[in-house]
Amino acid sequence: MSLHEFLIAPFVEYGFMRRALVACFCLGLGSGPVGVLLMLRRMSLVGDSLSHAVLPGAAIGFLFAGFSLTAMGVGGLIAGLAVAILSGIVSRTTSLREDASFATFYLTSLAAGVLIVSLRGSSRDLLHVLFGTILAIDAPALYLVASIASLTLLILAIVYRPLIVECFDPGFLRAVGGHGSLHHLNFLFLVVLNLVAGFQALGTLMAVGLMMLPAAIARLWTHTAPAMFVVAALTAAVAGFVGLIASFHLGYASGPCIILTASLFYGVSLLAAPSGAVRRLFPRPHLTG
Amino acid sequence: MRYCNSALADGCVGGFAAVTDSPIRLSDVTVAYDRHPAVHHLSGWFAPGSMTAITGPNGAGKSTLVKALMRQLPIAEGHIDLGGLGLRDLGYLPQAAEIDRSFPLTVADTVMLGAWHQTGAFRGITAGIAMKARKALSAVGLEGFERRHIGSLSAGQFQRILFARLLLQDAKVLLLDEPFTAIDARTTRDLMDVLLRWHRDGRTIIAVLHDFEQVRAHFPQTLLIAREPIGWGPTASVMTAQNLLKARAMAENWDEAAQVCASPHENAA
Repeated sequence: MSLHEFLIAPFVEYGFMRRALVACFCLGLGSGPVGVLLMLRRMSLVGDSLSHAVLPGAAIGFLFAGFSLTAMGVGGLIAGLAVAILSGIVSRTTSLREDASFATFYLTSLAAGVLIVSLRGSSRDLLHVLFGTILAIDAPALYLVASIASLTLLILAIVYRPLIVECFDPGFLRAVGGHGSLHHLNFLFLVVLNLVAGFQALGTLMAVGLMMLPAAIARLWTHTAPAMFVVAALTAAVAGFVGLIASFHLGYASGPCIILTASLFYGVSLLAAPSGAVRRLFPRPHLTG
Repeated sequence: MRYCNSALADGCVGGFAAVTDSPIRLSDVTVAYDRHPAVHHLSGWFAPGSMTAITGPNGAGKSTLVKALMRQLPIAEGHIDLGGLGLRDLGYLPQAAEIDRSFPLTVADTVMLGAWHQTGAFRGITAGIAMKARKALSAVGLEGFERRHIGSLSAGQFQRILFARLLLQDAKVLLLDEPFTAIDARTTRDLMDVLLRWHRDGRTIIAVLHDFEQVRAHFPQTLLIAREPIGWGPTASVMTAQNLLKARAMAENWDEAAQVCASPHENAA
């Protein structure tokens, strides 16, 4: 088998592979930078809870329209935003911190979602919702994913400075009257939006994978936020490509293959990155000053 | 014209009518946590261009007062009049800033945040701002640190960076909450020089401090509080042995069985 047959031919021959690949690239472009910001804001697990929160909305969409990615996407968006906003309100008005209020709402949300799916669908449908169907992405779904990626990059470019300052020194932003909570909400909106995009491809449980794994990898290799964005987006895209190839040739489910590829990159980074294990085991001699 | 700094102070402070701004005036201000007062019936004013130390024991309400001035805490009773100044005229250095020092930012980026009122959230950094940032960095003794990551700085160097950011903010009033805590003598001296330069520029300086020597040496005005105001006026007349003893006697814990405070002015007296 030639290299061309191995790496290129699957995408030339099969439309669903091409669409899946483009979807991965779009997801990487949008989710990568969002994941980096989540990590810098120490909200890595909030991304995870929001991904669970998307489920009941998707399930209600499923109840009304059957297995329609658009209906489920819209439902997921509404449910995710509702949990984000409710958690924000609870953490600002009660003594619960944001992580606690996120946890309570997403658990409620997850249980409600599973219940709704089980009311009507088969367990096969439930599997689709939970783990995604990247190979079933059709042209409209692809347009949606691509639009979300474009919109994300656009909004991030606009609110970049206040968002960075809100992570770095929220007290300063408050003191200069910088509307920190507005940007925070805006950012949560982007997180939910990208989870909805990812949920079509990877399912509610793994959508957050293409967000956080590339972000963690980027943090290990680079020291500035812009560089992290680039590394995260590239890592997500490469993980998508390698994961799809692997799943094609091995016949394994594609979503888990993509995430596991990203995990593999993460493992290698843990060892080989500048702050990683290899450097600790074989330290370079210190400098004079 | 003479400024009398407080209803409490015996003496009045010399001041000149050349200063045109209005003072920051506190009228019977009470700030409470969960209804228990942390600052209780405080009245007085900070004259424009004055340099005041706020001092007192732990839990005396010093930081609370500064936060109330920054409008970050609600005022339970009374009124603070900023004398026509807006938030943008106030430069604030909080005590334990919620700053993430491992954040991937360079020193130059951090200092240039001080120009927020010119750049806002969206406008670009001009050459003029970059130049000011370089000057501010050399003013705090960190020339050539622009490209360094803030994660690589020591606590003292980082405090210098925050002062450089304040320099760029060019605020009329500076509120500093324990700016020299955990800072070595040399850095403290350098940063105190920055404060004194601000004072000479005619800016109003309000600093929460613990070090009585520092207060006596550099601050013409002092507000001594221990939840209740104890003295407010010229440092020498406030920092008396008798007043300090009174401040130390403050009960740190609040009274669980406290009654509703009905006659405010009796308490303040």
